[in-house]
Amino acid sequence: MFTFVFAASIFLITVLLVYELYHNTALPRHKFGWNFFTTQTWDPVFDNFGALPFIYGTVVTSAIALLISVPLGVGAAIFLAELAPRGISDALTFIIELLAAVPSVIFGVIGVFVLVPIMRKYVEPFLKATLGSLPIFKGPIISGYDLLTAGVVLSIMVVPFIISVSREVLLAVPVDQREAALALGATRWETTWKVVVPYARIGIFGSVFLSMARALGETMAVTMVIGNVVKISTSLFMPGYTIAAVIANEFTEATGDLYTQSLIELGLVLFLLTIILNGMARIMILVTQGRGTSQE
Amino acid sequence: MSSIANHTAMVKPSMENKTTEPSPKAPALAAQKIAVSNLNFFYGARQSLFDISLKMGEKKVTALIGPSGCGKSTFLRTLNRMYEMIRNTRAEGDLQLDGQNILEMDVAKLRRRVGMVFQKSNPFPKSIFENVAYGLRVNGWKGKLPELVEASLKRAAIWDEVKDRLHKSALGLSGGQQQRLCIARALAVEPEVLLLDEPCSALDPIATAKIEELLFVLKDSCTIVIVTHNMQQAARVADDTGFFLMGKLIEFNDTAVIFKNPARKETEDYITGRFG
Amino acid sequence: MSFRYAWRKFVNVVMLSLTGVCALSAVFVLIFILGNLVYYGGSNLNWAFLTRLPRPVGETGGGMGNAIVGSAKLLFLAAITGVPVGLIGGVYLAEYGGKTFSFLVRYTADLLNGVPSVVMGIFIYTVVVIPMKKFSALAGGLALGVMLMPIVLRSTEQFLRAVPGSLREGAMALGARKWRTVLTVVIPAAYKGIATGVLLSLARVAGETAPLIFTSFGNPFWSHGWNDPTDTLPVVIWRYALSPYDDWHRQAWAAGFILLGLVLLVNISAKLILSRGMSSGRA
Repeated sequence: MFTFVFAASIFLITVLLVYELYHNTALPRHKFGWNFFTTQTWDPVFDNFGALPFIYGTVVTSAIALLISVPLGVGAAIFLAELAPRGISDALTFIIELLAAVPSVIFGVIGVFVLVPIMRKYVEPFLKATLGSLPIFKGPIISGYDLLTAGVVLSIMVVPFIISVSREVLLAVPVDQREAALALGATRWETTWKVVVPYARIGIFGSVFLSMARALGETMAVTMVIGNVVKISTSLFMPGYTIAAVIANEFTEATGDLYTQSLIELGLVLFLLTIILNGMARIMILVTQGRGTSQE
Repeated sequence: MSSIANHTAMVKPSMENKTTEPSPKAPALAAQKIAVSNLNFFYGARQSLFDISLKMGEKKVTALIGPSGCGKSTFLRTLNRMYEMIRNTRAEGDLQLDGQNILEMDVAKLRRRVGMVFQKSNPFPKSIFENVAYGLRVNGWKGKLPELVEASLKRAAIWDEVKDRLHKSALGLSGGQQQRLCIARALAVEPEVLLLDEPCSALDPIATAKIEELLFVLKDSCTIVIVTHNMQQAARVADDTGFFLMGKLIEFNDTAVIFKNPARKETEDYITGRFG
Repeated sequence: MSFRYAWRKFVNVVMLSLTGVCALSAVFVLIFILGNLVYYGGSNLNWAFLTRLPRPVGETGGGMGNAIVGSAKLLFLAAITGVPVGLIGGVYLAEYGGKTFSFLVRYTADLLNGVPSVVMGIFIYTVVVIPMKKFSALAGGLALGVMLMPIVLRSTEQFLRAVPGSLREGAMALGARKWRTVLTVVIPAAYKGIATGVLLSLARVAGETAPLIFTSFGNPFWSHGWNDPTDTLPVVIWRYALSPYDDWHRQAWAAGFILLGLVLLVNISAKLILSRGMSSGRA
């Protein structure tokens, strides 16, 4: 009946979206096939397109983001779920969840005007001085618009999700687990780290996957600080490019169908990656919630 | 409590009577408002009511008693087809309201004529006025709403308590008041039959007493069917009583007969408290 | 007290404090962002900024009036396309849905929700911009509208489901048919939650930039009607922030301040309304 039509339209729109993504990538799929994912060149002039530099940039920036935000986020979630009194925990969570509502472009503005100079003047020289023997910190520090800065910005954007989901997952761990550990003489920290967190482990992984999906699709903040250069470098101080960033930057200037459709194929890749990650995340979170309640 | 003990003492020792039909009633001076024959009810593949037959007299109070899960509420809900809100349910048999087939009537019209009050009061999160007026609006009542609302609230013996706060939220009332409001809401559309599903089970004795007094007055204008867990309540308010057990109607008769002189052993066991 | 025990106590205190530090740093970041925006952005706000058109490079005193109006236009279009679908679809899922189809709708809504915003832009580009052969406010509004749908759908369904079944029973026992019950009892009971859900979703899409880059594109002048490209606040912020001009930088800060201010305002109010609605019961 009437309401059915509206509900069905969401279904139909999604189907249409998938169709359009598939249909409008016919040219590059036929011309490049699977080589699209292994080619390093991105050459509009000679119509040779490869996705590898962007995949590299996406993976590297997301990895940096996760490396920073997971310990920070899980740590904060532990504090908020286990240690802080309820009132403070709720107030802080309220504020942290507001961080999730900040638009990407705002993070970009802060990134460009505040973070990039800080990275260039203080953080990166410091890293180079102390850890400069590592290949990732080897190259020259150019402008501060690089993979590392992009990773840092992403980590800030992703942290509220990790905190929010992990906190809920931790709160769902049954009280008797904690009581058992404490009764055996464990300290608060030992209880949390060795009993509660492992119990909620799957859900926390779920939050990580969710955040990965989010990080992959982040466009604006990343493109404003990553340098937008098609290049694969080991050094994190070098500029790079991500899938989302190149689409945003080059789409309106793409000449010729192969160029445009190659960009769309990048979009298709991004779409598939996020579906998989989101799906896995959801399953993981469901599993933890199920475990929590079935233990009664 | 003591009256039940007295009744028990008067029960005849011989329990050999095995009647499967209700004891013959005095020639019915009251018309049969609701007539049920061979009613079977199913939740999916599971049958929960078996071959129920009884007749409820007009402008009388009929009580349905029995242990938890015996089917009395299920039965009540067949009378206004509320079971249709749940998927996979099915009622088979002959159900008649004034000679009309309940299962084939237009369900909205049926429910206007057969009203229901629920176990836990469920006023809408609207004002007291809007609650009572809801049924009137839905059924396209003609007439001045404020007057009709006032009349209903008076019939439900709650007018004095709410007349100064008609447009305040109904949720600000006490539990007993909310239940009487729900009765007023049901009465607003002038139903011929009022079904009450354990209406006092969530209320304190004083609130319960108020509602029982109300029922005495209401039966002059309305046929009442009340499901109750509380045997004393049935003994107090009902003209006729039916005893349900495991989906079957074991016995149906004048209340006095059921409580003083039950024909079936199961009835006697329940009444004397041997189970349930 | 053995050494081991003392060590464990030490670790305990250190780690617990560390987690506190983590939490506080997350909070600090938000305050840092806000602080910067207020400082740099607030100082550049003035009436001219809000109402004027952009000036050519080199001239000061230009404004973002057209971008603000553009954003408002797109949000309006997004609302009238996305909100009804989400709302009524949510009613379907909560009240009427059959098992398999509901699952399908929910699954695809989650899918749609997870689509990166830049990919959504591609989708609308292929479906609206190409046939129209131009960028337009219509395309931008539709992009935002499609992003709105799954958010509003899920939140509407959630709040409708929270309405107790006893209310539905009460209405139907009075002779109300299903659609009438839903319209006059269930939806009003869930009204607060649904409305805040809609507002939150609008705040969320208001800040989106990527899908607009190749749908509504940009326009340094007032755009009339729905068929012209339009400037919008987020896109202009992006463009100005990356430009080499100081004046444009200042404007980007100011615009960022407005955008974030509005978004946070809606979010905070929504959260407060929701939490009060839940805890105080009703009155």
